[in-house]
Amino acid sequence: MAELQLADIIKPENKVYGKSKIMTDTPLHYCYGCSHGVVHKLIAEVIEELDIQEETVGVAPVGCSVMMYNYIDIDWMEAAHGRAPAVATGYKRVNPKKYVFSYQGDGDLAAIGTAETMHAVNRGENIVMIFINNATYGMTGGQMAPTTMVGQVTSTSPYGRNVDINGYPLRITELLAMLPGAAYVTRQSVHTPANVRKCKKAIRKAFENSAKNIGTSFIEVVSTCNSGWKIDPVAANQWMEENMFPFYPLGDLKDGERDSFEQFSVQKLKK
Amino acid sequence: MAKVRGAVVVDQECCKGCNLCVVACPENVLGLHKEVNSKGYHYSHMVSPENCIGCMNCGMVCPDSCITVYRVKVPVEQD
Ligand SMILES: Cc1ncc(C[n+]2csc(CCOP(=O)(O)OP(=O)(O)O)c2C)c(N)n1
Ligand code: SF4
Ligand code: SF4
Ligand code: SF4
Repeated sequence: MAELQLADIIKPENKVYGKSKIMTDTPLHYCYGCSHGVVHKLIAEVIEELDIQEETVGVAPVGCSVMMYNYIDIDWMEAAHGRAPAVATGYKRVNPKKYVFSYQGDGDLAAIGTAETMHAVNRGENIVMIFINNATYGMTGGQMAPTTMVGQVTSTSPYGRNVDINGYPLRITELLAMLPGAAYVTRQSVHTPANVRKCKKAIRKAFENSAKNIGTSFIEVVSTCNSGWKIDPVAANQWMEENMFPFYPLGDLKDGERDSFEQFSVQKLKK
Repeated sequence: MAKVRGAVVVDQECCKGCNLCVVACPENVLGLHKEVNSKGYHYSHMVSPENCIGCMNCGMVCPDSCITVYRVKVPVEQD
């Protein structure tokens, strides 16, 4: 057989991977190598595979992903800083047949929005919550976040995070996994092809869960913010692996459905 | 017996030159071009196209969905 030319390979029938049809043509505004782009694409791929474009509603946060509605071609709502799970709750309760997800950074989800986060999961809302933990406030210029590592230099911790002054990094995903309303709580990353595949599976499972009314599905994605960290994207992935994974280990924390509280159900008070 | 050959097409205007696809490629197919696109990014391209196996690793890690991957099975004649 004659040597295969590129033109023989690059044909529509040989295509095995490409941009999801649910992604719009708008170029992403993110910095080069930003994890947000990978997670957006995985959400779009899952929506495409489950064929739920018309039934899916996203709630965008305040943070770098504030304009997420420009990129995934579904219905969207924009929430005030930290309030995405509350807005998602309202939408889902009024439209229980819809697939509703919130998408938030660590500043949004684990600082200003801690109350909304905890209570949405504790109520066992049938929503998907996606949490991008890049250990910093990306949008506002790389300030310290609740999830910033001990010793990590940020623009507001120039000598490194000091627990005596700044307190400890918050493992909010571990806290949420303890709540009875949680169905599925997992921590993923998207820095290697294998991790991208695993993260996509997790997102798919979360969306499938939300149709089954079994409680909240929560996915943390340990992520990079190379601009905020002031290193290049490849070095950022390496820093994340070496410094964040020991404290934020990947894997499932809960996989099932919301707890049954029947054994704690009390008798009515007699008048 | 069949051998797998692949090829990728990078949307050079959408590429931001982050290098993540380059390091994710197990066959060292990709590299950043010395030319830049209209936004000033050194875009990714196939430096050694003959080595591509169409594994999709590059596409998976690309944050900007710039990469389309193609793959064919090439029959290998046996003696
Ligand atoms: C009520 C309110 N307080 C503060 C801000 C400023 N602000 C904008 S984005 C942001 C934090 C973003 O960090 P994160 O949620 O981690 O997302 P990232 O940008 O890293 O993706 C803050 C504090 C705001 N927009 N609104
Ligand atoms: S500032 Fe950080 S989180 Fe925001 S787009 Fe840039 S790399 Fe991504
Ligand atoms: S498909 Fe695989 S072998 Fe081909 S360029 Fe991409 S990563 Fe490399
Ligand atoms: S991963 Fe995507 S954006 Fe980054 S260099 Fe490769 S093609 Fe360009």
